[in-house]
Amino acid sequence: MHLLVCGGTSCRASESALIAESLKRELEEKGLGNEVQVVMTGCFGLCEQGPVVKVMPDNTFYVKVRPEDAAVIVAEHVIKGRPVQRLLYVNPATGEHVSGSGQMGSFRKQIRIALRNCGFINPENIDEYIAREGYAAIGKCVSELSSADVIDIMKRSGLRGRGGAGFPTGLKWEIASKNQADQKYVVCNADEGDPGAFMDRSVLEGDPHSVLEAMAICGYAIGASKGLIYIRAEYPLAIQRLKIAIAQARDYGLLGNNILGSDFSFDIDLRYGAGAFVCGEETALIHSMEGMRGEPTNKPPFPAESGFMGRPSNVNNVETFASVPVIINRGWEWFSSIGTEKSKGTKVFALAGKINNVGLIEVPMGITLREIIFEIGGGIKNGKKFKAVQTGGPSGGCLTEHHLDTPIDFDNLVAVGSMMGSGGMIVMDEDDCMVSIAKFFLEFTVEESCGKCAPCRIGNKRIYELLTHITKGNGTLADLDRLRNMCNVIKDTSLCGLGQTSPNPVLSTMENFMDEYLAHVTEKRCPAGSCRDLMKYTIIEEKCVGCTACARGCPVNAISGERKEPHFIDQEKCIKCGACFERCKFGAVLIN
Amino acid sequence: MEKLKSLADLEKVRAETQAKLDLRARDGSPEAVVQVRVAMATCGIASGARPVMDFFVDELDKRGISAVVTQTGCMGYCYAEPTVEVQLPGQEPVVYGFVDRKRADEIIEKYIRNGELVEGIIPVNYEKID
Repeated sequence: MHLLVCGGTSCRASESALIAESLKRELEEKGLGNEVQVVMTGCFGLCEQGPVVKVMPDNTFYVKVRPEDAAVIVAEHVIKGRPVQRLLYVNPATGEHVSGSGQMGSFRKQIRIALRNCGFINPENIDEYIAREGYAAIGKCVSELSSADVIDIMKRSGLRGRGGAGFPTGLKWEIASKNQADQKYVVCNADEGDPGAFMDRSVLEGDPHSVLEAMAICGYAIGASKGLIYIRAEYPLAIQRLKIAIAQARDYGLLGNNILGSDFSFDIDLRYGAGAFVCGEETALIHSMEGMRGEPTNKPPFPAESGFMGRPSNVNNVETFASVPVIINRGWEWFSSIGTEKSKGTKVFALAGKINNVGLIEVPMGITLREIIFEIGGGIKNGKKFKAVQTGGPSGGCLTEHHLDTPIDFDNLVAVGSMMGSGGMIVMDEDDCMVSIAKFFLEFTVEESCGKCAPCRIGNKRIYELLTHITKGNGTLADLDRLRNMCNVIKDTSLCGLGQTSPNPVLSTMENFMDEYLAHVTEKRCPAGSCRDLMKYTIIEEKCVGCTACARGCPVNAISGERKEPHFIDQEKCIKCGACFERCKFGAVLIN
Repeated sequence: MEKLKSLADLEKVRAETQAKLDLRARDGSPEAVVQVRVAMATCGIASGARPVMDFFVDELDKRGISAVVTQTGCMGYCYAEPTVEVQLPGQEPVVYGFVDRKRADEIIEKYIRNGELVEGIIPVNYEKID
C-alpha cells in the first residue's frame, strides 16, 4: 500500500511535508512502516483542494488534509480499510462525497486532444501511431466520405485556426476547394515564433504522424495532391522526426500514389525557414517558401485563391492539423460538445514565466485564467502576488486579476483587449514592471519587422525609443499621449498582422497599468523596482554600523565613510548594481 | 515494409501492434516486460534525458531485468524534466519527474524490482480521450 502526498509547491505551502511526516510517524507507531510507504509526489493539479493525499492501490482521494488528520487516515483507512468520509472530495455538482478518482468525474481540468499521443507513443515508430487509431481517419475519408462530406464535418465541428486569428478551418478548406487549378497545395505553418510558445514543436516532436495524416485529409478535402511543411531550421529535432515520419508513411504507402488503394494521391515535403517572426503570416510564409524574401503582401488575393506558386493553397497551423484526425474519427458532434458557443474544442497553452508548473497544458475552451494559473499551473512562484498574464505573445495583450474569471475563448480574449494567439501564456508577478514588459515585446517586434511598410518599420522603432526614454526616467506626460497616438496609427496603417498588432502590448499595459506609466513619468519611480535607472540606493544612517562591507564590495568606489561610522553613497558614481544591498548584513541599504 | 493497399491492411497493422503492446503490458504473459518511456523532446533532451535513457538501457540489461526502453515526446511537465514513464506488467503507468541517474537507480531498485513507489511521481492531471 502507498500513501501519495502532494508535494507540489502549493500543497507544500500548506504543510504537505508535515502531513507526510505525520503519516510516516503514525505508520511506524502502528508497526506498518515497512508495509505502507509514504511518497511525496508532484502536483496533482488540484491546488484549490490541497493538500491532497491519494491512497493506492484503491485510488481514494483525500482533500484539504491537515497534519492532525494523519492519525485517523492510518487508523481508519490503512488498518480498518474504511475511507475517512469527511476528508473525501465533494463533487460540486451533486454535493456527494466521492471516494475514488474514478468517480470524481471531470475533476481534472485538462483534456488532451491535440496532445493525445504526445508522451505516449514513440514518435519514430509509425506502428505505434497506427495502434492508436492512426491513419484510420484518412482511411475513412478515402473509403466512405466525399470531399464535400469532409468539409462539412470540419465546418460543423467548429474548429478554428489555432495559430492565432481563429479563422474557421472548415470554411477555409471550403474556399480552397472551390478554386479550380491544375495544382493546389496544403501548407502546414510550423513557423512558431511567439516568445514563450512551444506547443507546435512539441506536437511535431511527439506526434508527427498526426500532422501528416491531417494534411492528407485536407488534401483530399480541397483537391490537392501536394503538401508542404514550412518549419524553422531552429527546430532540428522536429525536422528529424518529421523526416523519419514522412519516410515511414511513404514506405507504408500512406503517403504517395493511391493511398490505401483509393485513387487519392498525396505527398509531403519540408521547406525550411530561417526563423523570422513575420513568416508566420501566411503570405510572407508562402513567399519565403518560393525562395523570395519573407515579406507579406496585401490580401486579397488570399492564399486560397493564389498561394504557393500562384496556385490555391490552404495554410493551417500545426495544432489545428493535429486536431483534425480525431474529429474525423469521433465525429463533429463530439468535438463541438467541448468548449464554448463560438470556440469549440480544446486549446494547448504553453505556461511560462513566474508560474510553478511551467509546461504544456491542453484545456477546453471556456476555462478561466484562474483555473489555469492557480490550479493546473500550481500558482505563482515563491508565493508572490499575481500581477498579469500576457497572452498572444507580442501581438497580444495582458490580462490582469480583473480578468481571472473570464472564460477564455477567441472572442472573449479579443473583447478584453488581448488575443488567443498561438497559446503562449507568460505569467508575471508583482516584481515585473509593466512598462519594461511592453518594452521587451517592442524590442522583439522591432527586430522582427520585415521593414516593408513604414508604419511598422519606423513606428515601432519610435515606440521602442519612447518606452526606453520612460524607463530611464526621462519621460513626460506628453510622451504618454504621443505613445498612444503612435500606437493607434501603426495599428491602423500597417500592411500585415505583425504591424497591426505590435502596439497591443503597449496599449494593453497602458489600459490596465496606467498608474505604473504615470509613476515612471511624474514621480520618476518604478513601482515594481525593476527599472535600474530609476532606482536609488541610500544608506540608512541609524542602521549603518560602519563595517565597511559595502564600501569594499562597491565596484566603482562610490561608497565612502570611516570605520565604525555611517557610510554614504555618492549618487554620481553609483551604477546601481546592488552589490552593497547584497553585502549589508544590517539591512541598512535602502532601495527606492 | 509492405505497402498498405487497403483499409484491411491498415487494420491488420493496428491489431498486430496493439496485440504486441498488450502482451508486453499484461502481467503473466510470456512477453511481459517492464516498459520505460523517456520523454525525449527538445525540452527533455536539454535537461539531460539522453544520459538517463542510456542509463536505463545499460543498467536494466546489466541487472538482468527484461525491459523495453523507448523514447517518446513531451509529456507537458517541462518544470520537472527529465520525465520518465514506467509501466510494470499489469499496472497503470507511473510518471516520474526530475529523473537523474541517482533517481533512475532508485526507480530500478525500488520500483521496478519491488513495486515500491519512490519520490518524484507526477500524478496524471488530464483526461485522455481514449
